Amino acid sequence: MEIAVYLAFILMLSIFLGFELINKVPATLHTPLMSGSNAISGITLVGALTSAGAEHSGLATILGTVAVAMATINVIGGYMVTDRMLAMFKKKGSAK
Amino acid sequence: MGIELLVNLSYVAAAVLFIFGLKMLGSPATARKGNLVSAIGMFIAVVVTLLDQSIIDFKWIAAGIVVGGAIGALVARRVEMTGMPEMVALFNGFGGIASLFVGWAALYGFEATTFELITIVLSILIGGVTFSGSMVAWGKLSERISGKAIVFGGQRVFNILLILAIIVSAAMFTVSTGPATSIYLYLVIGLSLLLGIMLVIPIGGADMPVVISLLNSYSGLAACAAGIAINNIILIVAGALVGASGIILTQIMCKAMNRSLSNVLFSGFSAVSAGGTAAKIEGEAKSMTAEDAYYVLEAAASVVIVPGYGMAVAQAQHVVKELQELLEKNGAEVVYAIHPVAGRMPGHMNVLLAEADVSYDLLLEMDAVNPRMETFDVAIVIGANDVVNPAAREMEGSPIYGMPVINVDMARNVFVMKRSMASGFAGIDNPLFFKENTRMLFGDAKEMLGNIIKAFS
Repeated sequence: MEIAVYLAFILMLSIFLGFELINKVPATLHTPLMSGSNAISGITLVGALTSAGAEHSGLATILGTVAVAMATINVIGGYMVTDRMLAMFKKKGSAK
Repeated sequence: MGIELLVNLSYVAAAVLFIFGLKMLGSPATARKGNLVSAIGMFIAVVVTLLDQSIIDFKWIAAGIVVGGAIGALVARRVEMTGMPEMVALFNGFGGIASLFVGWAALYGFEATTFELITIVLSILIGGVTFSGSMVAWGKLSERISGKAIVFGGQRVFNILLILAIIVSAAMFTVSTGPATSIYLYLVIGLSLLLGIMLVIPIGGADMPVVISLLNSYSGLAACAAGIAINNIILIVAGALVGASGIILTQIMCKAMNRSLSNVLFSGFSAVSAGGTAAKIEGEAKSMTAEDAYYVLEAAASVVIVPGYGMAVAQAQHVVKELQELLEKNGAEVVYAIHPVAGRMPGHMNVLLAEADVSYDLLLEMDAVNPRMETFDVAIVIGANDVVNPAAREMEGSPIYGMPVINVDMARNVFVMKRSMASGFAGIDNPLFFKENTRMLFGDAKEMLGNIIKAFS
């Protein structure tokens, strides 16, 4: 049970931090913010890696492998598309 | 112990990079670097995880990463900027299903305690809702399924029963100490997928910005729940950060529509019975030709452009930019006024205009433009409707009464580019079209703008 309290504590602090970080983002950046944070949610890839690589029964490996593939799409696609978008945000007069 | 310590310390470093990355995403000048910083954090987290001693077989991992990476990279390169909302929805869904599988796979290989079983069920439930909800949102946004709110009699009762069924099967699964092949587990998976569908189908196209932000939040929470299930701190921290950011965006979107979240999520149910009690709008809309528009614009000293979803549909952002340049050459000041919920996702218009190379400091938020609306000679509304509807201000009883709108009707002249007189979302009439200073330009926005540009040369 100790570990549950400890995890809850981390969870609580992270949520507050998330609120503080995002609160003042200008509307112009809402889409990149969303796709960028979406890429971060692909962190579930880390969990998928341990399932796919562990010596388990067949189904666990299949689930793990599919999870790895899906999460990788989320991570790679999310970061790349965010970068593509942000590259377009330019201020007048700034060099291309 | 040595490796485990190294892995965990690297997770701390990754979390720091995520936090800095998100912080830097908050300003246009640093945003691109911020995204890179967060990607480096992800890279570190993934690489050190591969050092984990419980990983003994790399071939499936390699297969998953190669396939997923190739698909992700291809889609990210190919997607059109106008297709961005549905792509965000799609990626969201993939993140959700991955969390579902991670939770499911966690049932293998160790004796789970009740606490762990509860967190596993949670990650499966949230992951499932995120996945199927995102898929429906993707279908609606890409118009593979109708963008209209889909409602049927007894929907509310059905949903309540559905949620009860999920709670019961989740409880049974936990009590039965949850073997991975438990019938209750399959029930939880199936029912949560169904719940995701049921939550999104009653939501209409114009409310999509709220749904996308909310699903974004869910995908974070799903990762977070999976992290608690497998006792992995980086998943919890990163997931919670995303969950919180998604909720904030959701709040901003709801506020911009003067509605509560529950109203957005559930009001589709009552749309069937909503009677028109708002006063009938009298008068006649006056249309004008592109040439007439040109004469007015030629003489204008200040112009505000208000884009909406119609601009995205017509892919008119590049023509808009062309017109902006012509007007500026002509000595006029041109700015853009962007409503927070214009388009189908938060910041949709900003991305499209950025693609057309419009400087982001010309994109003004509603609160910056409204106080000086009277000073603009012309307001050009391109494919926006509800976000410029003065009924929100002056017609008590209108469904959108109280929603903050861009007060284009206070500009000296208003041009509205619109395909037809059809009303926007929820069939609300727009008194703007009948105002003394409003002129309608009927037709495809891109074509209309092109005609005006032709008149300039």
